[in-house]
Amino acid sequence: MLSRTADNLFWMGRYMERAENMARILDVTQRLSLQTHGGGHAEWTAMLALLCAEEAYAERHGAVTESGVSAFLTLDRGNPSSIWSCVRAARENARSLRATIPVEMWESLNTTWLALRDLDETALHQRGLREFSDWVKERSHLFRGVAHATMLHNEAFAFTRLGTFLERADNTTRLLDTKHYVLEAGGKDNDPAAAYYEWGALLRSAGAFRAYHQTYHDVITPARVAELLVLRADMPRSLRFCFDKVTENLTALAEGRPLESERLSGEFGARLRYGRMERILSAGLHDFLEEVLDRIAAVGLQISRDFLMIV
Amino acid sequence: MPHPGGKMAEFRIFAEWHSGCIAIGDGNKKGAPMADDGIFDEMFGRDGQARTPYENIERWLAETPPDQFESKREQADLLFRRIGITFNVYGSSAGTERLIPFDVIPRILAAREWRTLEAGLFQRVKALQMFLQDIYHDQHIIRAGIIPASHILRNDLYRPEMKNIRLPGDVYVHIAGIDVVRVSEGEFYVLEDNLRTPSGVSYMLEDRAVMMRLFPKLFQDNAVAPVDHYPAELLRQLRSVAPERAAGAPTVAVLTPGPYNSAYFEHAFLAEEMGVELVEGQDLFVRDDAVWMRTTRGPRRVDVLYRRLDDDCLDPLAFNPDCLLGVPGLLSVYRNGGVSLANAIGTGVADDKSTYPYVPDIIRFYLGEEPLIGNVPTYRCSRPDDRAYVLEHLADLVVKETQGSGGYGMLVGPKATKAEHEKFRRLILDDPDGYIAQPTLALSTCPTFVEEGVAPRHVDLRPFVLTGKNGMAVVPGGLTRVALTKGSLVVNSSQGGGTKDTWVLEE
Repeated sequence: MLSRTADNLFWMGRYMERAENMARILDVTQRLSLQTHGGGHAEWTAMLALLCAEEAYAERHGAVTESGVSAFLTLDRGNPSSIWSCVRAARENARSLRATIPVEMWESLNTTWLALRDLDETALHQRGLREFSDWVKERSHLFRGVAHATMLHNEAFAFTRLGTFLERADNTTRLLDTKHYVLEAGGKDNDPAAAYYEWGALLRSAGAFRAYHQTYHDVITPARVAELLVLRADMPRSLRFCFDKVTENLTALAEGRPLESERLSGEFGARLRYGRMERILSAGLHDFLEEVLDRIAAVGLQISRDFLMIV
Repeated sequence: MPHPGGKMAEFRIFAEWHSGCIAIGDGNKKGAPMADDGIFDEMFGRDGQARTPYENIERWLAETPPDQFESKREQADLLFRRIGITFNVYGSSAGTERLIPFDVIPRILAAREWRTLEAGLFQRVKALQMFLQDIYHDQHIIRAGIIPASHILRNDLYRPEMKNIRLPGDVYVHIAGIDVVRVSEGEFYVLEDNLRTPSGVSYMLEDRAVMMRLFPKLFQDNAVAPVDHYPAELLRQLRSVAPERAAGAPTVAVLTPGPYNSAYFEHAFLAEEMGVELVEGQDLFVRDDAVWMRTTRGPRRVDVLYRRLDDDCLDPLAFNPDCLLGVPGLLSVYRNGGVSLANAIGTGVADDKSTYPYVPDIIRFYLGEEPLIGNVPTYRCSRPDDRAYVLEHLADLVVKETQGSGGYGMLVGPKATKAEHEKFRRLILDDPDGYIAQPTLALSTCPTFVEEGVAPRHVDLRPFVLTGKNGMAVVPGGLTRVALTKGSLVVNSSQGGGTKDTWVLEE
C-alpha cells in the first residue's frame, strides 16, 4: 500500500474519532454545568484545560461562557479541533482515498460533512447542543460500522483502526486527568453526592454509565471508575482495550517483521494487562496519565517511522 | 494533503471539450424530431423515417410514457451521485462537486458505420505515431518538404528532450481521444486529435453501466457491443510497453495531479478498475536510475506510469520549476529507459491546431493511403490564398488560434458582431501563422430528453484508441457528448453539455 494512502486512512480514523470525542466532552460538560449553580463556569473552564485550549479560546472568544465554548468546540472554523474542523479533515482524507475505501464509506462520511457544512450557529441552537452531540456520535458510530461491515479487513482497515484507537486512548486519558485531583486530594471523594455527579458525568461521556453498574453493581467510587477506564479489557473506551487494539492491528501489519511501533504499544499494553489500580493510584494517577500521553505520542511517531516515512 | 500548484488547469477536461465547438446556422427545431433544415438527424435522417439502427429505439420511445423518462432520469442522477461521478468546480463556494447531465436516449451506430470509423481511427492514430517517431528522429517529413521545419521546431509543444530517445514499440500515443463529428449519412470528420491526456472515458463506462441498470430490457432486445473491457485492455497495452527489464510482471500506476483536479474521479476510477495504485508526485521518487513509490513496506519500483499530468508538470528539474505535482529527476530516468510514460512526453506537437491541417498529408506520407476520415476543411492563414479567402468570408467561418487550447482565441463568424470581425481581421493580418479558419458545419443531431420532451440536440463522439507494443485496440463506440441547449453546438459540460450512452450494434 502507498504510504500516503496509509497516512490518509490513519488520519481519517483519528479525526472521526476526535469529532466524536469532542461531542462527548461537550455533552458531559453541559450536563455538569446544568447541575451546578452559577452557570457552570468552572466546568467550561475545566474543559478548555482538558483540551489544552485555554489560550486559543481566549484569543478567539475572550471570556469563558457556555455559548462561547460551545461555539468554539462545534462550528468554529478557526479551531483545528472543533467538530467542524475534525469532520472536514476526516472527509478531506477520505477524498484522497476514493479509490481505496468502499463507496458506502465515502458516502456516509461525505453526507456527514455536507450536513455539518450547511449548519450555522442559529440552526445549531434551535436543534440544541445535546441533540447535536448525539448526532455527531451517531455519525461516528455509522462511520465505524460502515468501515467494519464494508471494508476488506486488510491493511487498509488496520490503519483506519489504528487511528481510531490511538485517538480514543488519548481522549480517555485526558478525561481521567481532569478528575485526578479528586482521587489524589481525597477532598470531594468524601462527598458521595458530588462524587456521583462528577464521576457519573465522566462515565456518561465515555458511554460507560451502564457498563459501570453492570460491572460493579455498586455505588460510584472514583477508584472503580478509574479502574474501568484504565484496566478493564472488556470496556471499549478503556486504555487497556485501546492499547490491545493498537497492538493487535500493528501485529497484523507487521506480518512477522519486528516493528518498534508494535513493541512500544505491546510493552505498555502488558503493563495495563498485569497492572493493579491500587499501585497506579498510590504512585499518582496524574503522573501515570502523563506517561500514557507520552507513550501514545511515541507510538504515533513510530507508526510514521515504520510505515509512512520509509524510503 | 497538499494543494496543487497554481499552474494546474482545473478545467482542463472542459477546456478541451470547449474547443469542440463549431458554429452552424441555428436549427430552430420545435418538438417534432423532423429534420428539414439541412441538419442530419441520426435517428430520423432527412426524411423523418427512423433509420435502421434506431428502429427499436424509436419504437421504445413511442411506447414509453414521458413521465417514465423523468423518473428514470432522476434514478440516473441518484446512481451517478452514489457512484460518485461528479466533477469538481472550484471558485464557486456553493457545491464544489457537480454532476454531468446524462441523457437516457442512447446514440446508436450500425456495425457497418463503426467498421468504417474504426479503420479511419486506426489509420489516423498509426500515422500520427509515425509522425512523432519521425520528428523526434530523422525528420523525413521535413526533408520531404511536407511540413516546414520551423513549424515543428519552433512549436512550444515540440520537446527537444525527446530527440533520439527510443521508446518501447515506438509508441508515443498510448491513449488517443479523437473527436469525430458527423454531418450526413456517410460523412464523418475529425474535429480534433487529443494526444496528450485525453479524458472522458470514465463517462463512457459509467453511462453504459447506468443504462444497463435502468433499462435492462433494451439490452436484451438490441445486440449492443460491450465496452466494459476498456480498463483491462488499457492495462494490457500499458504493460506491453514496460521497459524490457520488467518483462513479465511490470508494475503499472496511474499518476494524478491529486483530488483537486477536475478529472480526479476518472483517475481514481481507472486505477481501481485496473487494480493498480493511484499515485501523486509526492508518492514517487527517483533513485538509482529508477522510479520508486513509497509504500508501507518500503520502496517499490514502478515500470509504467499512466500519467494524467501535463508535460510541463512532470519533472520540476526539467520543465516548469513552479509546478510541484511531478517527480524531480523523472525525465532523466525516462530518457534512459528506466520507466515508461503513457502518453510519451512531447506528443502535443501532433495534436496542436496548427498541425491539424497537415494530418491528411501526414497519413499520405507515412502510409501511402488516402485518409478514411477527413479533416474539417481548414484554411491556413499563413498561406496567402487561404488568408485572402478567410478575410473575405469572416462572417461565415470559425477562426481559431493555432496554439490556443480552450475556446478563448476563437471567432464564430455567423454569431459575431462586425466589431469582432474587424478585431480578428487585424489579429490575422498581424500574425497570419497564429490562425486557422474552418467553415461552419451542420453537426448531426440525436433525439434527447429535454424539458419540453424529446427533441434533437447536436452531438459529437470521442472514441478512445489504445496502442501498445503489439498493436492497436478501440472499444466499440466512445463518449457521445450532447449540447443540451437548443441550437447550441457547445458540448462543454460547464455550459449545458451532457453525455449519452453510445451503442455500436453487432450484426
